Amino acid sequence: MPFHSILFGKTEDGLHEEQRDAPAFFVDLNLDQIIDAVTAGKEEYDLKPFFYTPGDDADAIRYRHEIMRDLENETLFESIISFSRRMCAMREHLSQADKLQYKHQKEKWFLDAVEIYCEAVHSLAHDLARVDSKSRGFSSLREYLADYAKSVRFTALLAETKKLKADLSTVKYCLLIRGNSVQVRKYESEIDYTADVERTFERFKQGAVKDYRVEFPDRPNMNHVEASVLDLVARLHPEIFSALDDYCLKNARYLDETIRIFDREIQFYVAYLEHVARFKRIGLKFCYPRISLECRNVRVSEGFDLALADRLRAEDSTIVCNDFFLNDKERVIVVSGPNQGGKTTFARAFGQLHYLASLGCPVPGREAHLALFDALFAHFEKEESITNLRGKLLDDLIRIRDIVARATSNSIIIINEIFSSTTLSDAVFLGLKLMDKIVRLGALCVYVTFIDELASFSEATVSMVSTVDPENPALRTYRIIRKPADGLSYALSIAEKHGLTYDRLKERIPS
Amino acid sequence: MKAFLMNRDHDFDLQTKLPQNHQALINDLGLNALLDAMACGDEFILDVAKKAVLSGLNNDPDTIRYRQSVLQDCLNNPSVVRAMYDLSAESIEKERTAYFFSFLSKYPDSILRRAIEVLQVFVGMLQKLKTIADGGKDKFTSEGFTTFFAMLDEELGAEYFDRIQNHLKELRFHDGFLISAELGKGNKGDHHVLRKGQAVKMGWMKRIFANKPPVYAFSIHERDESGARALSELRDRGINLVANALAQSTDHILSFFRMLRTELAFYIGGLNLHEKLALKGEPTSFPRLAVPDERRHTFHGLYDVCLALSLDEAIVRNDMKADDKDIVIITGANQGGKTTFLRSVGLSQLMMQCGMFVPAESFCSSVCGNLFTHYKREEDVTMKSGKLDEELGRMSDIVDHLTPNSMLLLNESFAATNEREGSEISRQIIGALLEKRIRIFFVTHLYEFADGFFQKNSVKTVFLRAERRNDGGRTFRMIEGGPLRTGYGEDLYNKIFGTGK
Repeated sequence: MPFHSILFGKTEDGLHEEQRDAPAFFVDLNLDQIIDAVTAGKEEYDLKPFFYTPGDDADAIRYRHEIMRDLENETLFESIISFSRRMCAMREHLSQADKLQYKHQKEKWFLDAVEIYCEAVHSLAHDLARVDSKSRGFSSLREYLADYAKSVRFTALLAETKKLKADLSTVKYCLLIRGNSVQVRKYESEIDYTADVERTFERFKQGAVKDYRVEFPDRPNMNHVEASVLDLVARLHPEIFSALDDYCLKNARYLDETIRIFDREIQFYVAYLEHVARFKRIGLKFCYPRISLECRNVRVSEGFDLALADRLRAEDSTIVCNDFFLNDKERVIVVSGPNQGGKTTFARAFGQLHYLASLGCPVPGREAHLALFDALFAHFEKEESITNLRGKLLDDLIRIRDIVARATSNSIIIINEIFSSTTLSDAVFLGLKLMDKIVRLGALCVYVTFIDELASFSEATVSMVSTVDPENPALRTYRIIRKPADGLSYALSIAEKHGLTYDRLKERIPS
Repeated sequence: MKAFLMNRDHDFDLQTKLPQNHQALINDLGLNALLDAMACGDEFILDVAKKAVLSGLNNDPDTIRYRQSVLQDCLNNPSVVRAMYDLSAESIEKERTAYFFSFLSKYPDSILRRAIEVLQVFVGMLQKLKTIADGGKDKFTSEGFTTFFAMLDEELGAEYFDRIQNHLKELRFHDGFLISAELGKGNKGDHHVLRKGQAVKMGWMKRIFANKPPVYAFSIHERDESGARALSELRDRGINLVANALAQSTDHILSFFRMLRTELAFYIGGLNLHEKLALKGEPTSFPRLAVPDERRHTFHGLYDVCLALSLDEAIVRNDMKADDKDIVIITGANQGGKTTFLRSVGLSQLMMQCGMFVPAESFCSSVCGNLFTHYKREEDVTMKSGKLDEELGRMSDIVDHLTPNSMLLLNESFAATNEREGSEISRQIIGALLEKRIRIFFVTHLYEFADGFFQKNSVKTVFLRAERRNDGGRTFRMIEGGPLRTGYGEDLYNKIFGTGK
């Protein structure tokens, strides 16, 4: 298979126009926050369109899983990172060369850019040849790079670049500054005076002292005195500097287009895996979900809301994971229970997991079986319009009608606390009606509600409840479980709590 | 150049991390009174003394003996030692205040000029130090001081001072600046290095026939201001490194003086304290040391040095023989001197381990790996729940740092509950700690616990009791004896409210 794209296994998949707008449910599910965090610092690659395009084809997802798994090999990941760094440095050098004025200077920046490019290609080809990669994507990339690196076009470029760099690095000269005049000539091993001073005072050396070296502004451009000096240095070494002129003319179009595109697309994986690593470091699990369209038996252990986890991680707070599953005819998870207990978070996590899975990404959780979907809908209560209750209920109903009209049995629907602005009897009535429609539709659904009646609607619905600590009801556990919680016993003695019993002490103190 | 007066082979580190429990040690042992007496108002000595005393728990017996003999030299030659301390303090002060040019300058040129001036001053001070040393060194016998004086002889000879003066002359650059460079990023000049013109002069024949390398030159117009600025920047790049080297050299000499001052400060503190106690007629002695694994702890005439410094009258001295013992359990009357006694044990151990004399007629103890205090705290008003919780939390923090041969001073610990529970908690904790070879002093009112221990009749335990005369009066002396059932609260009550007689 000739290499085409690291994101799309089938050529035609990559040819769609890029999706510029986020899907409608992004904000409700906090996916916008997740993708912002994932792509932060990688703006130059313009990655968001990739994250706005879910896949509904199991093979396309597998194509990416294979690549993700390969990238979990640290050696390969590091190779990719250093490749990207080099490509980035290369672009910076080119743009710098553009900005500069003096010829000898522009040419050196260009030369450096090409050198970095050659290193980037060369090391990636070298690394890929040594890494055990199983994915279709990397295998065909490896072949492509191996061929390219052997091509005359590339080897000649590399050799010329190295030769010029080496020649320039041998240039060493001396300046004698007296009043307003400057003499320039070749360096002839004159003694380093600083070393002499250092030797004299060495005996007093006590430890690290302040660095008094003045930082000179590191401007890339030169002033006319520096330019005059450089012109004279070029006159001292005419053969090297004319070779540099020729080189720049000859190699203006050195960059390979396939490599340029790869450099952008691979960032999709890098960005996501780097984000994942932040959570793995604090002990959270990610997994490659088993995905199918036919089987609706969803099953997740230790799933969590990735957006919330990112916030909690910043505050060093604990992140609570939850398990859930749907068996046989079960399609709808009805979440009820005390407020502030993590119900909304649970609903979001359900949506996030499915969406991230459709992108071909590993998902938050120890293990996951997830469903492919044709469409994902979310309807979350908006808090702002308290003054206009009637309008709000109407709005809720219109949006729900739209969703039900567009959803199929392969869709996912996430509903969070709607109808809360009306009377209880209205809410029960509307809720039951809506539930009836969803159950008939057969779509997968998470329904967060305060209406207990919905929890036992039919054999398609499953009840899950947010829980609090029975000893201290103010304490939220953020655990959502299928059954009511049993009271937990916290009757530990204070000494035991502090690890001060005889047995614990014997373990704690080293011998 | 190193002074090595505190340790045989490394500098005393003022940045050393104090033990994690240092605040508890300072509070529970009343350490500030001791440190103030050492400092005599010198903030610097106060700082050094605090670090030295509190970090002393890390010293091995060898280091302690090394310091004891240096301190003995100081006690024999106080004026020479004080003169060297004052000189180093003066040098530091001169560097700080006397110079207009700032090292904060952005220009290598002014950095270089300041460095030259400071060096001139330092050379003078070093010569003075040499004179003081030459005048007094014969009377010193400790290893620390004899090595130090030998080092001064070796490093600060007359020809060395000449060499410095030569540099100071050459650094005025009468013949222009000779600077080498290479091509850096974007072919800009880089790695500017100041060079010394060729020292070897060629004969005239050679000069004529030598293959002359090409030299190109240009000048900038005298009204070209930006050119002049560019040129002076180029020159500054050239002298940047040498200015740095010279400024760092002055810093090195400055830190030599700082280091000397630091190493002497602890001993000046010792001198100060010794003078104060001598004036009061209180005895001091250099303690004998035993290795951590042994159980040695015997003293005669031990007193609480902080109390002695704050009271005018003579204070009670105590004796104890606790060789081969693991734990000392102290019971007896309130206000009977138990806390004072416990404090004198902690203070003397700290003083011994930092290398000082101790406030006792004679004193011998094993070096301990670490010292912890666990005292009953006054009720914390902010906490509604759990005084016992707080106490045990602190105990748990201590346990995190305990290692075998640590010493632990417990003052009425685990009493924030009823006696039965407190005794049970104590029994478990003390039992485990003893098995882990922790040395324990425990002042306690927990009769059930203390009596339980007493009944076991272990040869590894010493029981002390605050002495009470038959009339109920206290001597503030500790005598050997097991626990009695009452804490003499009645006596205290009677003393305060009167007995009605």
